Amino acid sequence: MNADLASPHHGYPGRLFVFEGLDGSGKSTQAALLAKWLAAQGYRVFQTEWNSSELVSNTIRRGKKKGLLTPTTFSLLHATDFADRFDRKILPPLRAGYLVVCDRYSFTAFVRDAARGCDPEWVRTIYSFAPRPDVAFYFRVPVRVTLQRKIASRLKINYYEAGMDLGLSDRVHDSYERFQSRLKREYDRLAVSDRMTVIDSTRPVERIQAELRDHVRPILAGFPTMETLMHDG
Amino acid sequence: MTARTYGTRLPGLPPEPLGGKLIVVEGADGSGRTTEVARLKEWLEIQGHAVVDTGLRRSTLVSEEIDRAKQGHTLGATTMALLYAADFGDQLENKIVPALCAGSTVLADRYIYTLMARAIVRGASRDWARRLYGFAFVPDLVVFLDARPEILLHRAIGKYGSLDYWESGMDLSLSRDLFESFFLYQARLADEFGWMATEYGFHHVDANRRPDEVDADVRALVEPLYRPAAGGRGARARTGAGSATPDGRAASG
Repeated sequence: MNADLASPHHGYPGRLFVFEGLDGSGKSTQAALLAKWLAAQGYRVFQTEWNSSELVSNTIRRGKKKGLLTPTTFSLLHATDFADRFDRKILPPLRAGYLVVCDRYSFTAFVRDAARGCDPEWVRTIYSFAPRPDVAFYFRVPVRVTLQRKIASRLKINYYEAGMDLGLSDRVHDSYERFQSRLKREYDRLAVSDRMTVIDSTRPVERIQAELRDHVRPILAGFPTMETLMHDG
Repeated sequence: MTARTYGTRLPGLPPEPLGGKLIVVEGADGSGRTTEVARLKEWLEIQGHAVVDTGLRRSTLVSEEIDRAKQGHTLGATTMALLYAADFGDQLENKIVPALCAGSTVLADRYIYTLMARAIVRGASRDWARRLYGFAFVPDLVVFLDARPEILLHRAIGKYGSLDYWESGMDLSLSRDLFESFFLYQARLADEFGWMATEYGFHHVDANRRPDEVDADVRALVEPLYRPAAGGRGARARTGAGSATPDGRAASG
């Protein structure tokens, strides 16, 4: 493995691009488009997303039925899931020199657990095994817009996404708005403390994608494509 | 007990001091821990104390996942450590806290110390493990049953007829030989418990002896916790599990 390919952020030969933001902020659409563009240029790309796995969703379902889940156990279960994904899906391609496009990363946990009242420092310690990405995009959008997008796409709002477990409101939409606003406040804070790249996500898809590509190009200067690896290696 | 944790605030904890007492019995498999917990429970109940006993991996939340992971041997060290922590958190909040609130004595057959030692021996850093379990309550008393490896070995074989895969640390690939692996693994665990002993204020009890001798020593440690003496409960709690971490602070703020 070529030593000068090591990332200044995490030391692995691959590169880690993280997409963060509220549900409905457009980050998944943008992540998929960026991955496609990168692959089209001949880079080795690996795309992964962090949604509830079987382990977490089964346990959460069971916990919910019995009313057993607390912010602490909720946080630890998600951390368990993330650790497993990190070991399987993120670390191997990163070590193999891939461009890893991550839809949600540890920031999602920092934001969600803080909104549920967990000690932020404790949460950070738990996730200390996850290295700093080369770039972390934060898709910033008003909560109102994400709700409109949700309603327009007729997606059902789930219990935890609406923060119904916090008892903010009995009405799902109301609770959703309040909880997502909390999440947004936490994201806005992280954007500063963790120097995330803030993307104004109220603009058209094409504009945003063009901006992302501008951010990514300098990071990839001198980074080998599949072809250069095969012929120069 | 005063609701004090090892440094991390536990969200949703009742603000007032909890009425009950938390007594932890730690020790390797074969140290006579389970026997001692049963004896102690009996004795405390005869004295008129309500006792709730709890151990590791008895929660309903993730025990299935833990069993499945053990069968497959597929989860990484960090993942397993977090899964155990989730299980412990579930027991702490859904069993230990309610019992303490109700004024009961909670008798824990192993606690975070075993979980930390196992995680560290499998590659977690000491610092990470300590902070991970920062949300756990500081017990009123931690009894550590100290037994020589040869004694542990004889008791383990006497109990199961053979050595257990996990208690021998076979997943660590220390040795392909079960017998040898058992000694190597137990030595590493003992090493970690040694690191923790002062920090967490373990009270060592020589467990190389007969059960009634061990029991007498443990009772002598437990008895003062219930003495309605001047200085009261708070003073006792502090001499109990000791000032564990320098940054340990009141959970209820």
